[in-house]
Amino acid sequence: MTTATKTVKIQNRLGMHARPAMLFAEIAGKFAATITVARQDSEPVDAKSIMQLMMLAATEGTVLTIDAQGDDADSAIAELVDLVSSGFNE
Amino acid sequence: MDIIVKDAIIPKLKATNRDGVITEMVDALVKSGCASEDQCEEFTKAIIRRENKGSTGFGHGVAVPHVKHVDIKTMHIAIGNSSEGVDFKALDREPVYSIVLLLSPEDQPENHLDAMEAIFSSLSQDTFRRFLRQANSSEDVLTLLTETDNAVR
Repeated sequence: MTTATKTVKIQNRLGMHARPAMLFAEIAGKFAATITVARQDSEPVDAKSIMQLMMLAATEGTVLTIDAQGDDADSAIAELVDLVSSGFNE
Repeated sequence: MDIIVKDAIIPKLKATNRDGVITEMVDALVKSGCASEDQCEEFTKAIIRRENKGSTGFGHGVAVPHVKHVDIKTMHIAIGNSSEGVDFKALDREPVYSIVLLLSPEDQPENHLDAMEAIFSSLSQDTFRRFLRQANSSEDVLTLLTETDNAVR
């Protein structure tokens, strides 16, 4: 069992609105690992749930900590960090 | 929560399909004075276009269709219930019974995300979804929202 954690900053102007949240949950869902996302000041939410991701209200500049536990934790973190730092391809 | 328009709370939607529901709800916002007649069609089409790109039916029988538009100056929210359920091409393929529709200003992404946060904090609770779905009048819906609001604070 591997554990991986990384922080990443929201780059796009619109933040993690519905479409980015869908993309994020979709990618997270490909991995077997348990993945959570947290803002600095709040409880972690399930990275595979769009509703919970929307509850982060992650605006541009928000720093998120992504944490994954499971055999594919490293690749999960790599892909999700890529997605956020690329500004969700917006 | 005053961005929720009382006259645009529709406890019994007449429309039975997705685009009809969106049209009915935008119409209600227009009739409440939240948008002008000539913007009605544009906003409705924009919401449908957005929905076609990816359903906002994120599961659990709820959908949150929305549009960000330069011609929207302040955020307005309509709420509708369908007793039969509507096919929103939801991610879990289940029918949608409660719809929260947002008209959101293009240049206020923070407000948009804050509103979404508030909406999903409520919609992610089983009891809230159940009470919302059972609400028979706009007063019922407003009471539910006020109670939830107080519980959060």
